Amino acid sequence: MKKYIFKRILGMIWVMFIVLTLVFIIVRLAPGDPATLMLGPDATPQEAIELREDMGFNRPIIIQYADFISKVAQGDLGKSIFFNQPVLSILAERAEPSILLTLFSLGIAISIALPFGIASAYYRGTLLDQSSLTSAMLIASIPSFWTGLILQQYLGTELGWFPVSGYGGPGASFGERAYHLLLPSLVLGVVNSALILRFTRASMLDVLTEDYVRTARSKGLSEMNVVLRQAFKNTLIPLATVIGLTFALLISGAVVTERVFNLPGIGSLVVGSVLRRDYPMIQGTLIVVSGVYVLVNFLIDMIYLWIDPRVKY
Amino acid sequence: MNDISENIHQAKLWKVLIQRRSVLFGLIILFVIGVFAIFAPWISSVDPNSIAVRSRLLPPGTEYWLGTDELGRDIFTRLIYAGRVSLTVGVGVAIISSSIGIVMGLTSGFFKRLDAPISRITDAMMAFPDILLAISLVAVLGGSVSNVVIALSIVYAPRVARIVRASTLVIRELPYVEAARALGVGTPTILFSHILRNIMSPIIVQATFIFAYSMLSEAGLSFLGVGVDPSTPTWGTMISNGRQYIDVASWMIICPGVAITMCVLSLQIAGDGLRDALDPKIAKDL
Repeated sequence: MKKYIFKRILGMIWVMFIVLTLVFIIVRLAPGDPATLMLGPDATPQEAIELREDMGFNRPIIIQYADFISKVAQGDLGKSIFFNQPVLSILAERAEPSILLTLFSLGIAISIALPFGIASAYYRGTLLDQSSLTSAMLIASIPSFWTGLILQQYLGTELGWFPVSGYGGPGASFGERAYHLLLPSLVLGVVNSALILRFTRASMLDVLTEDYVRTARSKGLSEMNVVLRQAFKNTLIPLATVIGLTFALLISGAVVTERVFNLPGIGSLVVGSVLRRDYPMIQGTLIVVSGVYVLVNFLIDMIYLWIDPRVKY
Repeated sequence: MNDISENIHQAKLWKVLIQRRSVLFGLIILFVIGVFAIFAPWISSVDPNSIAVRSRLLPPGTEYWLGTDELGRDIFTRLIYAGRVSLTVGVGVAIISSSIGIVMGLTSGFFKRLDAPISRITDAMMAFPDILLAISLVAVLGGSVSNVVIALSIVYAPRVARIVRASTLVIRELPYVEAARALGVGTPTILFSHILRNIMSPIIVQATFIFAYSMLSEAGLSFLGVGVDPSTPTWGTMISNGRQYIDVASWMIICPGVAITMCVLSLQIAGDGLRDALDPKIAKDL
């Protein structure tokens, strides 16, 4: 087991090394001089020379690459051109709304998907099953930003049930901030519940025909016990995988949703950085977000070991 | 003989697809959207960018079927022209990402030595959240339809690569591949004629879903203002423009939203139907 965990950590380091290489390549794909691109058309040649010197763009590419990798390894993701502050500290400042939005949405998605997925499998072929599946497919086809805009207008502006945008302003209490995240989380959660619902249903269908479920029934256990305790417990492994996948989708969804609801999170930051051509900021955000994703997948693998005693490496 | 059995197989596939009413519905919707997009200049004689300030923010009616926007542009015309962009992006991304994914997956699944490095690259590419990677790529490449297609193809290629690799690993060990090798058939022929031909089903299904996802992603990118050039009408930019007028001209965002949803939904239904038709084992469970 220790050997497996060690191998997995080693694999994670490899993946992150390739992520860094890809990020380095992506940022240098831009045609033309990166310094001029970052500064925009109004910059003087002197400013471009200074930035080139500052960012090390005038050195050989291999030296730039080695320098980039060694700096990232030391936790230095560079300095944002627009904010004139270290990338990592800006990301840390903007992390809270994004993390909370992702977690709240995941919670909402799971609480919608699990009961409907289980019921759908149990009542397979009935109207309930058909309508759950159709709704799941429909929900997965609607752009989240569109749903966000419509709900923002009707539930926020017209009915006044939720704050329309923002994060409660400076000095807002945690409760107030969380209240501002309710509608965006609802939008993102509902949209992303479709995948989990379909997986829950499919895994439950597999499990419900297993011998041990039949045995449990023949022993006279209540249906509730059979479905929730005997069957559902055994769908946790595929569910852990799909929740990991949903996590990645939520990060993507959060980028757009944050923009709709004007939330000062990492999504808004990255879109703003793209529009301002703040490459160090884009680079740093890509590295941190992919790092989080790789780490979450690692944790899910570790959860397998914990929830299923049959899994031994 | 081979052709006859292939024809019978194709006929059966169509029969299964058409028999499912939902699939038929999806295919009809897709066909209608496709026809509108392809024949847009013949269906509407109006220029999608022609401004008529006097007719701004008019609700749907007999003159303007789906109303007008803040500059008096006809929403119906813009919608069908925007469909052209969305469908081009969808088809382009599905074809290019599948081609890249097939090459990566076949190489990684067939050549053991190349498996580890290619798989690590695939893992790393999948560690980037879709939209973040697409945004960053469009940022460096520049906002145009072709660059959005390139960016989204890079984003979705690893998904195809994973599926192709997994199927190649299984097929590589089958007796007919071994027999072909024993007969001295060259590696490219084995790869493309013996392996690729037999794993086309999952690739086609995945390509259909990529078609759908890339349309959603393109709309997202355009909505964020980092996609296609804003002067080109797309469903995403139409929603983005309509945002400010949602309380006075809700049709400005409802129409493009419904168009995206219908298109993506039909593709998902078609993809599901295709998967069921191509894999009877899964069909039984659904």
